[in-house]
This record gives sequence, structure tokens and C-alpha cells, in this order.
Amino acid sequence: MTAEAIKTPEGPPSSITERTVAGRQARTRGLLLAPAMLVIGVFGILPLFIALTYSFLEGGTYGGVEWVFSTEAYVQLLFERDIFEETLTFNTAYLEIFWRSFLLAAFSTLACLLIGFPAAYFMATRPAKSRDFWVFLITIPFWTNLLIRTFSIQLILRDEGVINIVLTELGLLAQPLQLIYTDFAVGLGLIYSFLPFMVLPIYAALERLDFRLVEAGFDLYATRAQVLRRIVVPLAKPGIVAGSILVFIPGLGAWITPELLGGGKELMIGNMIALQFGSSRNWPFGSAAALVLMAMVLVALVIYVRNVGKSGADHG
Amino acid sequence: MADTAHRTPRALDLKYQPGFTSVAMLCFFVLYAPIAVLVFFSFNANRSVTRWTEFSLDWYVRALANEGIQNAAVTSLEVAVFATVFATSIATAAALATTRVARYRGMTAAYTVINMPLMVPEIVTAVATLSFFALLRTTLGINFGLGNVMIAHTVFCIPFAYLPIRARLENMDLTLEQAAADLYATPWRTFRRVTLPLLVPGVIAGAMLAFIISLDDVIITMMVAGPGQTTLPIYILGQIRRGVTPEVNAVSTILLAVSILFVTLFFLLGRRRT
Repeated sequence: MTAEAIKTPEGPPSSITERTVAGRQARTRGLLLAPAMLVIGVFGILPLFIALTYSFLEGGTYGGVEWVFSTEAYVQLLFERDIFEETLTFNTAYLEIFWRSFLLAAFSTLACLLIGFPAAYFMATRPAKSRDFWVFLITIPFWTNLLIRTFSIQLILRDEGVINIVLTELGLLAQPLQLIYTDFAVGLGLIYSFLPFMVLPIYAALERLDFRLVEAGFDLYATRAQVLRRIVVPLAKPGIVAGSILVFIPGLGAWITPELLGGGKELMIGNMIALQFGSSRNWPFGSAAALVLMAMVLVALVIYVRNVGKSGADHG
Repeated sequence: MADTAHRTPRALDLKYQPGFTSVAMLCFFVLYAPIAVLVFFSFNANRSVTRWTEFSLDWYVRALANEGIQNAAVTSLEVAVFATVFATSIATAAALATTRVARYRGMTAAYTVINMPLMVPEIVTAVATLSFFALLRTTLGINFGLGNVMIAHTVFCIPFAYLPIRARLENMDLTLEQAAADLYATPWRTFRRVTLPLLVPGVIAGAMLAFIISLDDVIITMMVAGPGQTTLPIYILGQIRRGVTPEVNAVSTILLAVSILFVTLFFLLGRRRT
């Protein structure tokens, strides 16, 4: 037995050492990855499954859940239950909130693109030395506190805000314009919040742009608009798609912006979810809404992955 | 356009696109004007946040003497320091395991898990984490107090700390470590004396990002924090809802200054590298 066991590793000695080295490396790798996997797994991913479970339970009277299976939360997204007659009527109130959130996020993504693309192009065409400065100017709002930035927009739009004061003092207004607590204010807030998220990826794509291609376009009698549409924009597409995703996803789930600028009336999905865990005390319904939002985000991410894959194949 | 092409020098510029510079200037103006207004009125002597009377530092004095703000600042720092230390250590280890190695099975999965907190909308993370800790409390009787907030922050800080560390590792020269190995250094010694010192700028950059991300968080903290566990942004949010005085502007300006300081350091650190 023992003699055989000793004989079994037949290969040359080098392959044995290679194998043990590879084994040791895999073990080290496992140990190095373990804390990240454990912390994110337990405190980041497991909670998502708990939310999924909660969405199929009954709500407790004082928040929390009762451990009774129920699909009521999902029914409630589409229907209103009449307590006395036990009938369901189609109710579009929550669908409208989802639809409004989608529209606001889509609109602000488009607006960010229209402002952000020229800005990124401007930055990418500066001399190399001053480029760093412009990137720095975009990086600061990228990393500064969203709450404070949204608050600063409130100061501009309020009835007693900068715009109204200036317009009144110029004699252009008799009474203040209602700017804040409107869909317009929320849209503006979203644009302001996420504009840097659009500029930076587009800049990263344009910075690598080979301007000899632009020159070739001009040599072939293309107009500036044609060069832009047929050469610059297609080459910047990965940046445009990445930027759009980075604006659209947080826009869709925004909470601070509608909270401060929509005044609680112009609800978006984010506020609706938070409300269910707060004063409405309907955790299953809040969880269901959160999962629907998560599903919408996943769809956006899949579209992103597919688009980037395709454009990568086009140019690669 | 075509007519003027031979006349103005600008028209000869390959890179020129009409109107782009104006839009870019508008973009920078829009990004900075509201912040400038906020900072400006933090120095207002008046109670108003939009009508200027005269310069004063009163609101800063009041803010710094305000016990609620002091407590919130301490809580914020406790949470941010905890989250930074843990997220950065965890991210450094994870970066070492996912960079500069041959592809192995499960690497993409590991990469996806590390970046997962970036993909889930904040509000979803917030309510899911709240549900998780509520379940821990009701079924197992476990409640970490402020620890709940610290753990939640650590999770979403990991990917932010990970990115610069990974970038640093990828750009690092392998030859120095090979030289160390040639000179009979053990793997641990090589790591301790060669890899780690080279990695330090990346680790610092990662820690700084984690710190400001933790310091700025509102939604997750709001959902997870129990009564009395007020961080600075939560305090500011409460004040904004109650009606604002320039005191809010003053606190906000201080918090902004901290963020800007960190971003600047981060930026300079990154520039020296390239």
C-alpha cells in the first residue's frame, strides 16, 4: 500500500512543484478574496434576498412583516382592493409614479447628453496641459455631497430664491414664479446632480480620439456636422452609453432630488419606496416596489452590456 | 459655413465645432453657480439665505458651537473612519487577488460581487439593509447599534476603495518583485518590502474615496440608523426640512470644503503617478 502510494506521482519533479505552487497561489487568492466576498455577500447580497422574501409576506401593523405568504404587495402595485366589497379595481396611481420616474430619468439623461457631450468635447480638445484643470473642475462636483448640491439648487429656485428675487427686483415679476416643487425642478435637479457622470466617461472616450480620422473626413469634403455625426459621435459611443447608464440608473432611483425639489408631491419611485418603510409602514409593498426598480435597472444594465459589446466589435 | 472656411483661422481648426465652447462654459457655470451662492450666503449677517446684508462669520461660530452639529460630526467621523479602514483593507486584499494573475475560474464572479454595490440603486440597498438588520433584531436579538450603520457603509465603500488600488496594481512594474524573488526573498517578504510600499499611493487614494463616500451618504444612513445616530448629512437634511438659516449653509460649506480637500489630494496623488 505505502509503496504504491509513494510511487503514484509519476510526472517529472518540476510538475509537482508547479502543482503545489499553483495550489498555494489558489489558497492565498481565496484567503485574500474571502473578506470581500463575505462582507458583500452577507451584508450586501443577502439583504436583497431578504427584501425579495419580504415582498411575498404580509405587512405588520407597526411596520415589519408577518410571516404569512402573500402576493398582496404585487397586486397592490396594479390594483386597488376595496375593503368592504373585496373587489379589485385597476389602479394606475403607482404605475404613474413608475412612469413619471422613467420619464424624468430619461429626460434628464438626454439633457445631460446634450450639455455633457459638447462639454466633454471641449475638454478633450484643450491642450494637454490645461486638460487636467478642466477634468479637475468636473471631478469636484462628481465627488461632492449630493444633498448639499441639491440644497444649493433649492436656494436658487425657492419662492424667496435667487431667480425670483432678481426677477422681482428688475420689475419683471409682480409675484414669485412657482419654480420649486414642480416636475421642472426635479428634472433640473437630476440634470444638475448627474451631469458630471455624463461628462467624465464621454471625455475618457474622446480623449483617445484620433483626430487624423477627423482630418480624413474633411479631406473627403465632409462638413463639420457630418464629421461630428459620422466620425466623432460613433467613436465616442462607448462613453456616451456608459455616461447615459451612469445618469439614468441613479436618476431612476433618486430620492434626495424629488424629496427636496419635488416637495413630497411630485413623487418618484425612490420616495415611494422610502415612504413604505417610513410613515406608510407597508414593508412588503416597499420591498416589491424596490425589486421592480431593481429589475428596471437590470434591464438597463443588460442593454448597456449588449451595446458596449457590439460597439467594441465594430471598432475592435 | 463653407463660405467662411478660408477666411477665419478658427474655421481651419480641425477640432472646432460651432457652439460647443459656449455649451461647455454653460455646463461649468451651471455646476458651480449654485454652490457659489450657497457658500456666499453662509457669510451673510442676516437670517436670510438669499438676501445679502453684510459679511459676517456669525453663522460659522454658531454652527461650531451647536451641540447637535458637534455630535453629528463625531458620529459621522466614527462611521467614516470605521468604514474607511475596513473597506480599504478588504479592497486591498481583493485587488491583490484579482489583478496581475492569470484568469482563473470564478474571477469574473468575484469581480461582479465586488462591484455589486455600485450597480444596485441606493434606495434599494437602503431598504434591503434595513430589512436585514430588522430581521437580525427580531429573530436573533442582534443589534450592533451604530455598528449597523458602520457595516452598511463598509459594504458600499469597498468598490470605491477597490478601483484606485486595482488601477495602481495594474500599472505597477512586475520586474522589481521578480528581482526580489531572484534575491531569495520569500513571497511574504517580497510583498511586505516591495509590493506594499509601491502600492501605498493607490491605497491612500482608495481610502480617501471611501472616506468621502461614507461622509456624504444620506439615504442608506437614514434608513439604517436608529434614533440618536445622526450623521452630519442627516442633521443637515433635518435642518433643511425645518426651514433654513445661513447656519445650514455654514455647516454645508464646511462639509463641502472637506470633500473638495480630499478630491484635490486624490487628484494630485493620481497626477504624480502618471
